[in-house]
Amino acid sequence: MNLYKYAAPAAFYPLAGKLIPWFAIPAAILFAVGLYIGFFIAPTDFQQGDAYRIMFIHVPAAWMGMFLYVLMAFYAGIGWAFNARLSSMMASSLAITGALFTLLSLVTGAFWGKPTWGTWWVWDARMTSTLILLFLYVGFISLQAATDDQRRADRAGAVLALVGVINVPIIYFSVQWWNTLHQGATIRILGKPSIAPPMLAAMLIMLAACWLYSIAIVLIRLRCIIFEREQNAAWITEGAA
Amino acid sequence: MKWSEFFTQGGYGFYVWGSYIAALVVLGGEVVLLMRRRKACKRVSRDRD
Repeated sequence: MNLYKYAAPAAFYPLAGKLIPWFAIPAAILFAVGLYIGFFIAPTDFQQGDAYRIMFIHVPAAWMGMFLYVLMAFYAGIGWAFNARLSSMMASSLAITGALFTLLSLVTGAFWGKPTWGTWWVWDARMTSTLILLFLYVGFISLQAATDDQRRADRAGAVLALVGVINVPIIYFSVQWWNTLHQGATIRILGKPSIAPPMLAAMLIMLAACWLYSIAIVLIRLRCIIFEREQNAAWITEGAA
Repeated sequence: MKWSEFFTQGGYGFYVWGSYIAALVVLGGEVVLLMRRRKACKRVSRDRD
């Protein structure tokens, strides 16, 4: 099988359509399982009470915001460097879901900050850098919307996205580099996580659910973008879609 | 666990449910808007046939 053929929007469009249910259905199941474990099995935290249950959506949302940004920058960069239309379309599709997860991490963070720190918002390193992440997404999306020359918008977006990547490690390490109100990482790549097993299970299942959700949503949106941008291409006007 | 405990979340109900309602609004809203966008595309392709 020649995988490169799927770099062409016309070949990728039907493939993406077939893949979507394989991500959307497991996403729905994992959201249900994760929430069930999070609310009915995971015990109340001895320090934070039940407020910590915000973690099951806050942490996956924050991670998705960062992961999707790196993916978006990667695809935008490939689209720019190799003049690959489909990659640029993928970046545009990722931008919206990434922006929404980043927004959600800020909102749920405010809901968590108020009872635990006594404030909805502080200008500390982690929150400020996450807000900058949201602005980078918004900038990328606005660039796409602002110009009629799509390929020019793609190139400008790629430059913005790639420069902005520097912000991602800043967010990640901000809790170590600066004195912040935000707590440190709960899960470390090396070493034991600092929470009880059912809490960890609920969070990881919610993270998996968010990943599957993102893949399904990004593929659906990518199909729309392909259709909208290639409306006049022969493969669409001849009814292949 | 009693249902009343589930709703009050040990006094943190407003913050916990506020977070999950926000998640429902943001992600549910994304799904609804995307389905509308998809429908519009399908309409365009149907009109051409």
